[in-house]
Amino acid sequence: MQESRGLSPLQLDALREVGNIGSGNAAVALSTMVDKKVLLSVPRASLVPLVKVSDLVGGAETPVVGVYLHISGDASGSMLLLLADSSAAELAHLMVADPEEELTTVEQSALQETGSILAGSYLNALSQMTGILLRPSVPGFAMDMAGAIIDFILVEISQSEDYVLVIETEFDISQHKIRGHLILFPDLGSLDIILGRLGVSG
Amino acid sequence: MTDDLINVGVAEYYVTHNPHVLACFGLGSCVGVALYDKRKKVGGLAHIMLPDSKAITKQGNRGKYADTAIQDMLEEMERLGARRRDMNAKVVGGACMFSIPGAISPRNVPGPALGMQIGDRNIESVKNILKELGIPLKAEDTGGSHGRTMKFDISNGVVTISSIKHGLVEL
Repeated sequence: MQESRGLSPLQLDALREVGNIGSGNAAVALSTMVDKKVLLSVPRASLVPLVKVSDLVGGAETPVVGVYLHISGDASGSMLLLLADSSAAELAHLMVADPEEELTTVEQSALQETGSILAGSYLNALSQMTGILLRPSVPGFAMDMAGAIIDFILVEISQSEDYVLVIETEFDISQHKIRGHLILFPDLGSLDIILGRLGVSG
Repeated sequence: MTDDLINVGVAEYYVTHNPHVLACFGLGSCVGVALYDKRKKVGGLAHIMLPDSKAITKQGNRGKYADTAIQDMLEEMERLGARRRDMNAKVVGGACMFSIPGAISPRNVPGPALGMQIGDRNIESVKNILKELGIPLKAEDTGGSHGRTMKFDISNGVVTISSIKHGLVEL
């Protein structure tokens, strides 16, 4: 990996396309699961200083539900489904008919499974596009402050870097006020492999 | 408490002798290390991420690692007139945020084993470093599986911790 943290506009475009294809596929999966229309934002791809990562999702203290998967295979990284508390509850209610206010264990597993399915479809699309094998781990689940959930991932991917590469898409099931983030954090060590396969290596 | 709240972000540290409140928001496996000289009322807060700079070949920012961050912060406090023998430490964070069944072995198989232990390793490393430096650990709120926000009031050395699961705690 080159020392300069600069990525060319062409490379960022290609990474945005990664986000597009991955999250497009994930949105189809989500839409099928809940039988609702899912809208996607234009993906963002950028190198973000460690200090700024939690700003992407509304600040370090925002209460969120996070489903985390570690990625291994030809390239490594992390995948995170992040939902604001209220969105998580709404989404869970769509899948598990339960009048409780608090998330029940069943609802938590439903969300965990959702994260797993979304990450699976995302990574599958990427693998097909690039020929890079990407294998998601079993999902981890946490309900807590966004900063606390994200710092765990930063540790995974930024041992020796002060920046992380973030490919982020926001999705929206507007009739149910559900908004969430699907974020891919490729290890910077894997970036050259990914860029190479996308035909935009440095 | 004053209104001068200073956010100490991931891999940063901040030293002051003014009556500010220093804060680390949303600590997960990261650890907030507060050093305080109660006589001079000089304080510093570090938001560290990793236990040891020496284990990493290509280092980033020194504020990221327990050893280098505490060392740098201590020197800066001494430049502001603080004395090591008058200092004590309060340590917060080092949680394990995710538990994934089966993911206990080292990296790759099948997941974030590093992340799962990193909270504990951060705390252990911070405690060892403090011991080497001869700075007593006055209080801690560490471990577990929940995120924490800590606020460190330089005017009196009080550390307040808030979390979604356990409300407010004062150290």
